[in-house]
Amino acid sequence: MGINLTLFGQMLTFLVFVWFTKKFVWPPVMQALEERRARIAEGLAAAERGQKALEEADAQVAERLREARQQAAQIIDQAERRGAELVEEAKANAEATGERMLAQARAEIDQETNRAREALRGEVAAIALTGAKQLLEKEIDATAHRDLLDRLAGQL
Amino acid sequence: MTVMASSPTEYVTHHLKHLSVGEGFWTIHIDTLFWSWVTGLIFLGVFYGAARAVTAGVPGKLQNFVETILEFVDKAVGDAFHGPKNLLAPLSLTIFVWVFLWNLMDLIPVDLFPVLAAMVGIEYMRVVPSADMSATFSLSLSVLALIIYYGIKGKGAEGFGKEFLFHPFGKNPLLVPFNLILNTVEMIAKPVSLALRLFGNLYAAELIFILIAMLPFWIQWLPGSAWAIFHILVIPLQAFIFMTLTIVYIALAYEKH
Repeated sequence: MGINLTLFGQMLTFLVFVWFTKKFVWPPVMQALEERRARIAEGLAAAERGQKALEEADAQVAERLREARQQAAQIIDQAERRGAELVEEAKANAEATGERMLAQARAEIDQETNRAREALRGEVAAIALTGAKQLLEKEIDATAHRDLLDRLAGQL
Repeated sequence: MTVMASSPTEYVTHHLKHLSVGEGFWTIHIDTLFWSWVTGLIFLGVFYGAARAVTAGVPGKLQNFVETILEFVDKAVGDAFHGPKNLLAPLSLTIFVWVFLWNLMDLIPVDLFPVLAAMVGIEYMRVVPSADMSATFSLSLSVLALIIYYGIKGKGAEGFGKEFLFHPFGKNPLLVPFNLILNTVEMIAKPVSLALRLFGNLYAAELIFILIAMLPFWIQWLPGSAWAIFHILVIPLQAFIFMTLTIVYIALAYEKH
């Protein structure tokens, strides 16, 4: 028992062991621990970022969907309005065409009437002339009585 | 009891004798040196093996074990000491694991190595380095050196000297001798208490194991296992106390009050 030279031997041993631990054991393990801590922190941060990105994407999808729905509604609305417009236009066209044809038909009728009247008038003049000729029993010079005949026809 | 002497007294004294060379102060306890080298190399081998294969990815079982101890020590150091840890932390780890392994040697049956040694012609063999005062004082005096080193490093040579002369009673020249005496006593008390606490615990434990070994063989299991189970508590506790007090003493020396 007691203190003797062993003490210095032990001290030297202790010194060597501490040196070895300080040099070869402590730093690599601590570095690995630090590195793993950083990695875990990074992983957690990444997970959080992913979560946030997912939420953002969800919000974006909802927004897009809303926009698309709105656009679709707008397009349908426009199409309906255009359809109604086309119907209106076609109706107006048809009416105009109908009226024009009616007017043309009326004009033609008027023309025909006039022509018939003219023809009738000529014929009446001729009949009157023939009647007068027979009445007078003599030939009336048509050219000499042209004025008279025209006036007669005009009065018809 | 073949190797041992016939009487109980001789049995005990035989077990408490070191394998040594030299005389007086120049004695060297070969067994203490040998077993502390063996335990120390086991410690360094295991930890170095883990440190070489260390990975920041998924750790293996050995790495897990080593990491747990390192983090435990690192936390113990960080809690008490707020200076640079690059020397103190590995030092504390060495103290903790080394002293733990020294103490663990106490659980080896007291007759096992003496008998084995006797077979190859070695007369004495004590296997618990912490039951040798030279071993415990070697650690505590190294700690004393570090206390002085850290005191000077933390407060400067002047600050350290001033504290030694003027603390705790004040700067009055009449009080300087008292300060000096008190601080000297304190300075000596630290390593002495550190070394004797560890030595006392382990020496007493070893002695009790030796006494138990002298009981009739059919009853040894009862006090033997009871004492061993209790000792399982003492072994890490003493290692932990030695490490923690080392850190606290150095922190006290390093930091300004």
